[in-house]
Amino acid sequence: MIADLSFWIFSDYAVSTAIKLAVVMLIIPLTSLILVYVFLFKMMAFMQSRLGPMEAGPHGSLQLIAEALKFLQKEDIHPDNADKHVFALAPIIVLMSTFLLYVVLPVGPDLVVEDLDTGIFYAMAVSSLSALGVLMAGWASANKYALLGGLRAAGQLIAYELPLVLAVVGVVIQAETLSLQGIVHAQANWEIFGIGSGMPFIVTQGIGFAIFMVAAQAELTQTPFDMPVAETELVGGFHIEYTGFRFLLFFMAEFGTAFAFASIASVLFLGGWSLPFVDPTANWLNIVGPGVMLAKILFLSMIIFWVRFTYPRLREDQLQKFAWKLLIPAALANIVFTGVFKVAF
Amino acid sequence: MIAQNIAFGIIATVTAVSAVLMVTTRNVVHAALYLVAVLASLGALYVLLTAEFVATTQFLVYIGAVMVLFLFGVMLTRAPGGETQSLTATSWPVAFGVAAILAGALTWALLDQFGSDELSENPVVFRTADVGDEIFSTYLIAFEAASVLLLAALIGAIVLARKD
Repeated sequence: MIADLSFWIFSDYAVSTAIKLAVVMLIIPLTSLILVYVFLFKMMAFMQSRLGPMEAGPHGSLQLIAEALKFLQKEDIHPDNADKHVFALAPIIVLMSTFLLYVVLPVGPDLVVEDLDTGIFYAMAVSSLSALGVLMAGWASANKYALLGGLRAAGQLIAYELPLVLAVVGVVIQAETLSLQGIVHAQANWEIFGIGSGMPFIVTQGIGFAIFMVAAQAELTQTPFDMPVAETELVGGFHIEYTGFRFLLFFMAEFGTAFAFASIASVLFLGGWSLPFVDPTANWLNIVGPGVMLAKILFLSMIIFWVRFTYPRLREDQLQKFAWKLLIPAALANIVFTGVFKVAF
Repeated sequence: MIAQNIAFGIIATVTAVSAVLMVTTRNVVHAALYLVAVLASLGALYVLLTAEFVATTQFLVYIGAVMVLFLFGVMLTRAPGGETQSLTATSWPVAFGVAAILAGALTWALLDQFGSDELSENPVVFRTADVGDEIFSTYLIAFEAASVLLLAALIGAIVLARKD
């Protein structure tokens, strides 16, 4: 029995599973924290004519570690009337939804944790789980501001999930596959009227790209869609009662999900790890691919945070009207046109 | 005893325990959350059966949409937090009897039909593309009928909700 167990622990399956778990729960989440330093700390500061954190490390580059240690030292408080178990579970569900997104992200010809057949469909499904965690947090806090924030968040996440999924359909029709790795290959081998090789889908799916980025902005509850966490009226919304470690989980999930959505957008519309005029099966892309992908992710997340720091908040009715009366019809029209062109050419 | 059997045992236990807790809990939000657990473990069972597409759909539709809307409705209308209501109707023994008869009949029917079937050594793997091909060829009429039914329900809901 013991011999069996040690054999199992060192088997290929167990080792590869351990590596995959480390990638999904450690390496990608830590990489995603680049966004916090580069955009939240520095870019926002420069846009507001200030320096941002400067003390911890050169140019404040170790500020994030200081912040994390600060949060870990804080007391774990929960309100008297809170539903303890649901309260404790909520941030974990939100973070779990983020980690599950990382499972399907490809960063090279052979570098993907699990190239699922359902790829992008799976990503949309697990990203919708975060609405559940947000509702649980809002309800379990036993605080009317938290509940209002949770309800607003759920209403917004439901409304903007539709344009998000519909914007993806155009790409799926063009790539003829749901697998994210398959979508990258489809773009790497794609030619328009025999000209060019490896054109990204943004060339024909510009409308889809715009709808996807707007809907992602709303799914991430970033300004101008930050009604659920509006600090001037709801004092922080659904995470108002969370402190210390549990707040850190929500914070990590927010930036981790922004990173995940930027990577999905870069895979769907910008060609992921592939480069134009480069053979997508080349072995050296396993080394260069992650860098190419990271550059595209940083570019797309820069747009997300740029908009966040620039625009004021939308009103609840404007927000719902925008989703149902503009984004969804535009996404449906995009699907029809893509379908017609796919059959015609 | 292979890994799949152990996984099935664990998932089935979680499903059954959550289902019982769902109908016995006195807090309506807890009941909804236990229902989420039941639906999620059913999704896990689909993964075990290599039905990847069905499992993903289960998560997207039932947990991401239906349960979120359900919780949304409950939290919007019922008094939030801590309070417990009596959710158990007085006629529960009758309901229990009906449930027991239904479970017995389904178990008997399944065992009678498939009880002696054995899985082959190399299980068939269904690709998602095959599911799509089947839906839009063999089951096209059923698919279209379901779409029209959903559309009718959608229009019906709007008609009921409109004030004028």
